[in-house]
Amino acid sequence: MAAQFSISKDDYSLHRKGPADQARHKEKVKEAIRDNLPGIVSQESIITSDGKKIVKVPIRSLNLPYFRFGNNQGRGVGQGQGDSNVGDKIGNVPAPGGNGKEAGDTPGIDYYEAELTIDEIAEMVFADLSLPGLKPKQAQEIVSEVVRYKDISKKGIMSNLDKRRTLLQGFKRTALQGRGALSVIKQEDLRFRTWSEEVRPESNAVVIAMRDISGSMGEFEKYISRSFYYWMVKFLRTKYNQVQIVFITHHTEAKEVDENAFFNLGESGGTKVSSAYKLALEIVHDRFPPACWNIYPFHFSDGDNWGEDNSRALGYVQELLAFSNLFGYGEIQESRLTDSTASAFISGSSKLGSVYQDHFRREIEEGTFVPVAIGRGEDVYPALRRYFFRKEGAING
Amino acid sequence: MDRQLMATQEAIEEIWDIAKGFGLDPFPIHFEIVPATQMYEIGAYGIPGRFSHWTNGKAYHQLKTRYDYGLSKIYELVINTDPCYAFLMESNSLLQNKLVIAHVIAHCDFFKNNAYFGSTNRQMVETASVSADRIRQYEFMHGKLEVEKFLDAVLSIQWHVHGNDFIKRKIEDDKKDKKAPETPYDDLFNLGVKEGPEEQKKVTKKIPPEPESDLLLFFAENAPNLEDWQRDIIDVVRAEALYFVPQMRTKIVNEGWASFWHARILRELSLTDEEAVEFAKLHSGVLSPSKMDLNPYFVGMKMLEDIENRWNEPTEEERKKFGRSGNQGRAKIFDVRSVEDDASFIRNFLTKKLVEELDLYIYKREGDELLVMEKDWEKIRKVMIEMVARRVPSIEIVDADFRGASWLYLEHRFEDDGVELDMTYAMRTMEMIYLIWGRNVNLKAVVNGVPTLTWYDGKKFEQKRL
Repeated sequence: MAAQFSISKDDYSLHRKGPADQARHKEKVKEAIRDNLPGIVSQESIITSDGKKIVKVPIRSLNLPYFRFGNNQGRGVGQGQGDSNVGDKIGNVPAPGGNGKEAGDTPGIDYYEAELTIDEIAEMVFADLSLPGLKPKQAQEIVSEVVRYKDISKKGIMSNLDKRRTLLQGFKRTALQGRGALSVIKQEDLRFRTWSEEVRPESNAVVIAMRDISGSMGEFEKYISRSFYYWMVKFLRTKYNQVQIVFITHHTEAKEVDENAFFNLGESGGTKVSSAYKLALEIVHDRFPPACWNIYPFHFSDGDNWGEDNSRALGYVQELLAFSNLFGYGEIQESRLTDSTASAFISGSSKLGSVYQDHFRREIEEGTFVPVAIGRGEDVYPALRRYFFRKEGAING
Repeated sequence: MDRQLMATQEAIEEIWDIAKGFGLDPFPIHFEIVPATQMYEIGAYGIPGRFSHWTNGKAYHQLKTRYDYGLSKIYELVINTDPCYAFLMESNSLLQNKLVIAHVIAHCDFFKNNAYFGSTNRQMVETASVSADRIRQYEFMHGKLEVEKFLDAVLSIQWHVHGNDFIKRKIEDDKKDKKAPETPYDDLFNLGVKEGPEEQKKVTKKIPPEPESDLLLFFAENAPNLEDWQRDIIDVVRAEALYFVPQMRTKIVNEGWASFWHARILRELSLTDEEAVEFAKLHSGVLSPSKMDLNPYFVGMKMLEDIENRWNEPTEEERKKFGRSGNQGRAKIFDVRSVEDDASFIRNFLTKKLVEELDLYIYKREGDELLVMEKDWEKIRKVMIEMVARRVPSIEIVDADFRGASWLYLEHRFEDDGVELDMTYAMRTMEMIYLIWGRNVNLKAVVNGVPTLTWYDGKKFEQKRL
């Protein structure tokens, strides 16, 4: 009788199909996270943590949809130990992913909790952001260092071995010795890639972050402005080595503060935004001459200004605009109409945003004055993009 | 040859002879010793060499993670082909692999002899890997993402294929309207004669002529705007789904059969004391009952043991009424493995006594808790049959030219299933079907007790009560 069975044991060490498809799934998870960035960016847990912390991000589970039954979820046949009775509790409804808040409330949607460090999220948020309209300025150039592999040396660590050059060297040596084939690679053949640090001059830039801490700023407004500035500061620090950031808080008076105070100061008093702009102007004149610096003032407020102060504020903004690359204004009001265009500001209203919108039509069109209305946490991410996402050449100069 | 290989080969020889002695009749089997990662990869893909897709990558990741954390372990993996392929995990002990060998020999006997596998493609490993090559070519030609997008759509309805192998489909023959030839040379005599005008007047037939539940077959043949490679992908997915369906519908009886035999066979082996203890542990692990699920290994094996007993020692009533003469137990369970699927297995053989002995119940969700709500054996049997027979909602294509605009009209057969669809999922699935069909997709389904028509035009959904 012919053998009815056979047996073998092969080498599978080069087999990579499963891991390759697993990588594709991971990529899709990342895509899903990217689609959810607006919701993730404004999570409170993020701005109160350091970059290494892992945040759990619920995203829609990556399942293919299929036709399935609806309301018999949670029913089934099970098996007891021989003594089960009607009414016995056999367990709890399993909560998907550990803390499935959504589990019972939203039938039909399965959630999956992706775990990410904040730095990973930041990388996605900042992927295509940049300071818009950076211009080359004279003197005191700031630098950013780039590591480039562009040199070869005879000593180095094995992971930097340049195999091609090493082989060529070996061929050369054997050819010189008059032998044909290269049989063994000798120590003297080894060539290593080695790096040098390239210094790339970058234009000087200063970002002036102004934050309204007056009494009219409620919990939500306060939180949003902190959240926005958190990401902005993180963005600047990640992408630009030496951008200067000036922190200013204001109510009726403005103060230059350090970063810690900027994020943590409480609120009180009335509002005179002109005070902040005036201080910004002074700081620019003293320390950041526009001939040498790219200047980016940002101001976040709830838009409630002391009425008589508006004309003074307008004047200062005009002055700042004269030398700023971009002036970003964010107006926060819970559950207001938000819009990706500036038309969320109602024309003729006494709110600052409306005043600015009516006054700076030309600058808004040119993109040097950018007003953004924020009404929900999800608007923080689009706001970041409106300020810092520019297609090449969208801004002149 | 290395020691593991040699010891395993000896074990197979011994077990094979015992199995044959019991009357098992498996396909020839090729055993392969593989590392854990490879085991999980094959487990995730279902067939070695199958096409790449991220859903398999996800399954692979889940299986492997669970293994890495020690939460679960695949013991047995066997591919239903002729010869069968069985995979043994390199890191298993010899005793573990002995159990696996006995178990898979019984599976291979089941694959070969159960009626539901009558039309299974026994060269599936080769077929699948040739298909995978073609799909890889399509990726080169049309882009990875393009192919993935289409595969996503097709896989989302992959189980909507015609699972019933015993019903021959009527093949619509367009030519049957023509007159039967009068002489063998009709075609020559009629050269130059144009076909009569009545041929063209033929009333346009309804498409499909009968409601069609094999969505994949229908789309491959009738979807208006597909390219050849897309039709091919549908064919590939359909062929692989048809390969898996019989395995899904015989899960309980097949696992029961394999567990029944691995226990019998290992009793015949001469085991050391330690091995005997290890086997007992392993065996009871595989057969442990589950509070919220049915363990197919356990339930299936218990039912087969029960059948064997009842046919070996029939009651007086059974002797008279059914003419059972006794001592037919072994023959009876071989019968069962030849003709039953899970639904008929449970319907025909699950008894009141066994339901009580196994302490089965129906549980239901009450708030956050799961409570036992039914212990009546007939109701339990009914629910179990429903569970194994209705894995996939009954969806049919009723009209492929709805409103004369080549719109697709699907209907959920609520009267068959008795349970409504999950509409969130259904709507996402309709988006997938739109990718295949390319025109409006309509679905009639009962939503919250009301027959409702939902339609999707490629951009948005609308809904109206009927």
